[in-house]
Amino acid sequence: MTGADVLLLALGAVAVGAGALVVATRHLVRAGLWLVVCLGALAGDYLVLTAELVAWVQVLIYVGAVVVLLLFAVMLTRAPIGPSDDLDRPGWPAALVGAGSGLGLAVLLVHAFRWSRVDLPAAGTAERLGEQVFRAWVLPFEVLSVLLLAALVGAIVLSRPDIGGRR
Amino acid sequence: MRPVIPYVTAALLFGLGVYGVLRRRNAVLVLMAVELMLNAVNLVLVTADTTVRAALPHSGQVFALFVIVLAAAEIGVGLAIVLQLYRLRASVTVDDVPLTEHEPTATGESASPAPEGATR
Repeated sequence: MTGADVLLLALGAVAVGAGALVVATRHLVRAGLWLVVCLGALAGDYLVLTAELVAWVQVLIYVGAVVVLLLFAVMLTRAPIGPSDDLDRPGWPAALVGAGSGLGLAVLLVHAFRWSRVDLPAAGTAERLGEQVFRAWVLPFEVLSVLLLAALVGAIVLSRPDIGGRR
Repeated sequence: MRPVIPYVTAALLFGLGVYGVLRRRNAVLVLMAVELMLNAVNLVLVTADTTVRAALPHSGQVFALFVIVLAAAEIGVGLAIVLQLYRLRASVTVDDVPLTEHEPTATGESASPAPEGATR
């Protein structure tokens, strides 16, 4: 057990615990706030795994933008302040499928990797990742920019009733 | 670094996301659970970058960046749909969404113009 392992264990425990609270809490707003804790712990995981740029993009886009959008939606749909009782459907099937897929994948990965040890690669700085993105992966990058534009136009059309063409 | 630790973390997070999508009734909470699943996949991609020596360096991290962009696009469109649903039906409960386009039994389809007019 090196320092990196201890850090990964601690951050992983925080991420899984906060994730469990996201799907289990009865307070709508608190689910969004626990999601911040979970995504922040994952950003720490990325830092330990030497993925610097991904970690900062995670903090900027997920914690900064996506969670704010989600909380915005929670407020706009008039969420109650206290706990609400109608958030869940009664679900043994959900627990069964969720635990089955999660534990099944965990067993598969433990079987594949055991307690093996790898050396951490060179850090994924913005310079190295940018070189890869704009050299080897430039076509997917451009396709993604078109997709972002399409998503933007789609979101605008959906949220404007006068140009939505619903009738 | 033991790669099994982040891999198991990702597997458990994915399981939690599946549970949340199936269990939650509120559409915004379903989107949050989808975010958990996408993040589990990102963690697998970043960890695979340390265990797999690929021909191109840092491919896993580049893929993780792409998945983050896709998640941002997904959340934008998803929340637009959720807000439109709320505007039409004054509720974001996914159980109440009619799956057929025009229901003859009128469980709420006929009442939809009223809240729409109220929001204008």
